[in-house]
Amino acid sequence: MIRLALPVISLVVLICAVFWLQPRAMSYVGLNLLFNLAVPIALATVAQMVIIMVGDIDLSMGAFVSLIACITAAILPGNPALGAVMLLGCIAAYAALGALIEARQLPAIVVTLGMSFVWGGAAVLILPSPGGTAPGWLTAVMKAKPPLVPMAIIASIIIAAVAHLVVMRSAFGVRLRALGGNARAVSRAGRSTIALRAWAYALAGVFAVAAGMALVGLTTSGDANIALRYTLLSIAGVILGGGEFTGGRVSPIGAVIGALTLTLAGSFLSFLRLSPDWQIGAQGAILILVLAARLVVRQAEKRA
Amino acid sequence: MMNIYKAPWFWAWVAAFAAFGATWSLSAGGGGGMALLVAALTFGSFSVLTGLGQMLVITMGPGNTDLSIPATMTLAATLSLKLMNGAGGVWIIAGLLTALLIGVGVGIVNFALIRLLRIPPIIATLSASFLYQSLAIWSNRGLRIKPPQALADFTTGRAVLGIPNLAWLALAITVVFWVILNRARFGRRISAIGQNPRAARLAGVPVASVTAATYVTCAVMAGLTGFLLACFSGGAALNMGAEFLLMSIAVTVIGGSSIAGGNSNVPGIWGGALFMYLIVSMLNSYGLGAGVRLLSTGVIIIAIVAIASGRKARL
Amino acid sequence: MTTGNDRAAVVVLDGASKSFGALKALDRVDLSVGPGECLGLVGHNGAGKSTLVNLITGLFAPTEGGVSYPGAADHRAAGIRSISQEGTLCPNLTVLENLQVTQRDLTGWGWRGAAAGRVMAALDAIFPGHRIRAHTLVIDMTLAEQQMVEIAIGFAEGATPARLVVLDEPTSSLDASIAAQLMTHIRRFCAGGGAVIFISHMLGEIFDVATRIVVMRDGRSIADRPAGDFTRQGLVDAMGHVADDDHQPSPAALARALGDKSSHILRTPEGVEARRGEIVGLAGLAGHGQAEALARFYLSRSSDWRGASDPQAVFVAGDRKRDGVMPVWSIRRNLTLAALDRLTRWGLIDHAAEARIGSEWQKRIGIRTPDMGNPILSLSGGNQQKALFARALATQAPVVVMDDPMRGVDIGTKTEVYDMIRHEAANGRTFLWYSTEMDEIRNCDRVFVFRDGAISAELEGVQITEEAILAASFEFGDSAA
Repeated sequence: MIRLALPVISLVVLICAVFWLQPRAMSYVGLNLLFNLAVPIALATVAQMVIIMVGDIDLSMGAFVSLIACITAAILPGNPALGAVMLLGCIAAYAALGALIEARQLPAIVVTLGMSFVWGGAAVLILPSPGGTAPGWLTAVMKAKPPLVPMAIIASIIIAAVAHLVVMRSAFGVRLRALGGNARAVSRAGRSTIALRAWAYALAGVFAVAAGMALVGLTTSGDANIALRYTLLSIAGVILGGGEFTGGRVSPIGAVIGALTLTLAGSFLSFLRLSPDWQIGAQGAILILVLAARLVVRQAEKRA
Repeated sequence: MMNIYKAPWFWAWVAAFAAFGATWSLSAGGGGGMALLVAALTFGSFSVLTGLGQMLVITMGPGNTDLSIPATMTLAATLSLKLMNGAGGVWIIAGLLTALLIGVGVGIVNFALIRLLRIPPIIATLSASFLYQSLAIWSNRGLRIKPPQALADFTTGRAVLGIPNLAWLALAITVVFWVILNRARFGRRISAIGQNPRAARLAGVPVASVTAATYVTCAVMAGLTGFLLACFSGGAALNMGAEFLLMSIAVTVIGGSSIAGGNSNVPGIWGGALFMYLIVSMLNSYGLGAGVRLLSTGVIIIAIVAIASGRKARL
Repeated sequence: MTTGNDRAAVVVLDGASKSFGALKALDRVDLSVGPGECLGLVGHNGAGKSTLVNLITGLFAPTEGGVSYPGAADHRAAGIRSISQEGTLCPNLTVLENLQVTQRDLTGWGWRGAAAGRVMAALDAIFPGHRIRAHTLVIDMTLAEQQMVEIAIGFAEGATPARLVVLDEPTSSLDASIAAQLMTHIRRFCAGGGAVIFISHMLGEIFDVATRIVVMRDGRSIADRPAGDFTRQGLVDAMGHVADDDHQPSPAALARALGDKSSHILRTPEGVEARRGEIVGLAGLAGHGQAEALARFYLSRSSDWRGASDPQAVFVAGDRKRDGVMPVWSIRRNLTLAALDRLTRWGLIDHAAEARIGSEWQKRIGIRTPDMGNPILSLSGGNQQKALFARALATQAPVVVMDDPMRGVDIGTKTEVYDMIRHEAANGRTFLWYSTEMDEIRNCDRVFVFRDGAISAELEGVQITEEAILAASFEFGDSAA
């Protein structure tokens, strides 16, 4: 629970700063605008978290989410059956990737790096130029306006809850985390590490597919480059959320909060009317500041 | 020599030769071969220079990867070209020094973030690279300054044996890196840290200074590459380094260095760099579209890694 | 040769052999373990104990002969559990989640409650008075608590009840009172019809708990008799080492001209002092701050920024995997790491000098390998430990810090290393030696006993007795039996 304190505090501080800069954001519409794009990022972050949880890192997340967006925008509206098969095929491909990495003991960084080319190429083949449309039901879900609380916030809570149940509470999640913690012990207990890693990648694939679909639901069109920055955003989100790079120690709730924080950081900068030259630099600076705060808090904790 | 196929760099070279053969035969053989070789050596040199630095960092173990290489290249190229402003003579020295010093500065900042904030190097270098990039954007202001003529001539020239000057330079630097990693105490210490940083510290390895020196070396190599690339291509561009992030990691790993750390491989860097260039030109000469080209590049990289790593698959 | 047992055996080995390449790790072993038996398995490192266990627990298949589980299809159905030396817990999981890794029936709604119930019941039964909670992450627990959890998981109730539990050095991180609780539980478990295979280098424990003892040497089972037929001396002799471990040099015989007590060359914040050439022991129950004190001392005497060709101190790791071994490297490179500065000219390593140092120390400390260029992991644990000793001793450092370096090392190696330590001390080196074993502490000139992170007693010469150390290790009023 203490691990969650810092991500929560960073998020609250950032929200306060945004409200202070832009009091109008303190409304239903304002909140919706602020957090709208957080939903796909949160899903991608959870996907990345599952990969990091089993000791790997996925450098193809952005390309994969882009590919899903292209499939969702170009194929799903016109041919739902084919679109669904392709999306399921993408998840199966992810599972196969996990199995390959474990079976041949390959470095995940390199394999996913190579896969980023593959996903990118496939996306260009499916949707050579930006376009397509979102399936009506998807837009309806993503742009729904439930009473009192904006959709983006409800969706984030649901994502966090589902991810927490699957990863932290279920027996399935325990097995996957065990793989990240002590793969030798897992195989000694008679379980197939290949199957487990495949399951982990499949789970990540499910969340990543959801991310791509959610993104199209919001933007209503696809593009082979639409989500390339998700690779870095998702990794940063996991870390901001208190996840560790090794040893299978992650927090799904923290990851969602990390994703929300990152989304908000973008809005915060545009409210500051920063010169465009410095916007990207400021994003880096915010990341560094949050990480510095995390260190200070942890050290204070140790002293206490 | 009997076991040469067991050398970690062997497969990278085999792949490079195969790609060369395939492309050459497509371009109807003959004189096209030389042109292809020159192009591969020239563009490969840039990958080699960034790859050598990245390899040093990757050797330090899991999580150690420098993601700020592209931003460092852009920053070094922008500022050094601005300083030289097309002038020759002593300004060339000043420009080169600027590029290298920017590398030193970036390396120190990267290391300071990793050390002081105790954050994973990937996150530290990623966050910092945003700052470097902003700095480059701010100093560049969309101007494109031409490099001094002497430098442009040097980087595009082929003075000795018809082999590009850049390739000779990269080869010389490669030899230095080989000596560092295989003969020097510094390389031994990097490898120790890569296998087990805690044990290395307890065995008296000065972990902090070795890590700092490694990140500085990597950034200096990025700065130098940025400087050379800008001179070669007639000016600095904001996205000039973009492809070298993935390229530097890819050539390191295709070249047979262990991503788990502790094990590095210098000759493989060349094999990996040539292969990466040749594979793209091979797909180009098949006249394939961008989508298929990307897709095949990815599949081939993974296939090579899967085959090459199969040798060292654990029980 | 098997011991007759009326009831069906849990596991039967019939001429089982196992080879790794040219190395015959296990050579035609016949063995059967029946319900109610506690089999003590002894032998030096490399005698084949681990291979035997791995055959029984189904990790390896025998190269020749057979392993069968009467009445069950495989080792899992036969109810065979094992606790190995290398750690079977996942540090990122909680105690109850770790049970899930080994017990497959824990699924569906409410599995957490069931898992917590099983593991806590086992902990309560084996280690009454423990303070472990089911929701604690393993990584947040002490080494002793982790070992207790591992043992509890081995004995915990499950879909297939435990019928044979293999305990490989189960007390290596436990202090005496907790180890005694385990011994009690093993006797109770066997009385209830369970079987145990107990591997320990502490012969006292073997005699305490085993009903039958199997001695292994060079991959063969060379003796298999009821425990009562063995004497301590007979057992040691059977293992093949002439080294009589009762022969302890009296502290007086060790006494050297150490000078006045005030002439100490080092003093840690905790108050540990040492003079030149002195062997100073850090004793007390495991986990009372000795290892931390040593690590702090070493780090304060070495730099994170500057390597030194004349280091002030060197460190010998006890946890080889975590603190010592460089797994990618050869034995030679592992050995010369700490002394690298002396081998370096202009930043480059003198390979000839490195090879010289390597072969010199191979001879001096007896590292058993045909080629120092072989990977360090090709060595047995004891020989890896020797290489780590040589790494420290090959430097010129005046102070050698040792963090319980004899964990899992056989008696033969120990005796050789004790001699070497005495020899080096006579040459003026100072040793700071944390050990959990009384035999080792008796080698010291002076002993600081730790309790709760502070020094509770300083003993010297003839004062260094088991009684005195125990008295200082336990709180007064505590039932230290």
